Amino acid sequence: MTAADRPGGPVRPYVITRGRVQPPRRLPVETLLEATGTADPLPVTASRHHRRLLSVCRNRLALVEAAAHLKEPVSVVTVLVGDLIDSGHLTVCSSAPLASDRPDITLLQEVLDGLRRKLSA
Amino acid sequence: MDSEESSRPDPAYLLPTVVQSAKILVVGPFGVGKTTLVGSVSEIEPLRTEEVMTQASAGIDDLRGLESKTTTTVAMDFGRITLSDTLVLYLFGAPGQRRFWDLWEGLVVGAVGLLVLVDTRRLDDSFEVLDQLEERGLPFAVAVNQFPDSGRFSDEDIREALDLLPTTPVVHCDARDPKSSLQALIALVSHVGNRSLQETPA
Repeated sequence: MTAADRPGGPVRPYVITRGRVQPPRRLPVETLLEATGTADPLPVTASRHHRRLLSVCRNRLALVEAAAHLKEPVSVVTVLVGDLIDSGHLTVCSSAPLASDRPDITLLQEVLDGLRRKLSA
Repeated sequence: MDSEESSRPDPAYLLPTVVQSAKILVVGPFGVGKTTLVGSVSEIEPLRTEEVMTQASAGIDDLRGLESKTTTTVAMDFGRITLSDTLVLYLFGAPGQRRFWDLWEGLVVGAVGLLVLVDTRRLDDSFEVLDQLEERGLPFAVAVNQFPDSGRFSDEDIREALDLLPTTPVVHCDARDPKSSLQALIALVSHVGNRSLQETPA
């Protein structure tokens, strides 16, 4: 059993990500994820952390929620999510990040309407 | 060996129809009520995530350094509100002090805006973060969390004390009260919407 597989042990983030620090694509913390349900086996390089992540994402939730449930830092989980998207096991369910860094007026209006509905509910 | 994992409750999953997510940051000093506000409007028990922040001085090749204190862990609480069949809003409570700005550097990208929660008993704790937000041109509103023993201040007093721009909304709220917290969020989003309309050429 290696240090990275020891349950509950202090595992340094760069061990889990095998030294990678930059996710290969931009994945904001609120990115919605879900397992694709593919029957393909996980790549042989997949770790216990990948398997746990895939299990937690069996239904729809945000990347940051997956991280919280796994009790791992968001930066680490972002790298693992990238791996599982590449291998076809996870899919991004939310619309792609916009070209600009700000939500557009349509989304703002939807958020506003939604909050007002909650208020009057 | 996985007893800890099997005893963990299942995540509260989203509806499979939700295809869009938005986020708002609630910032302020420790103890101002960020987690209370997030918890009062969230449909799930607020979750906690930890992020590792590497100190600027940490040398990447210094393994002895990595053994010691070159990184700090900062906890962040968040919750969510499903706003429609297709849209979910995430709310993040983030500490406002300067040493945590690196943390929300990435978080703020794509955010609807920031709700700055202030406590009238220690307004000066909020100066730094307000300066920073104004300097960066980030959209925000100020919510005064009303504590039982904090005096009543008028909006004008608050504006003057915090040296706010005339266009920055100031709302009073009770972070424990879901409706009051929702109203603060609504004030923020309306403000961002108006700002966005003004910036967009007709």
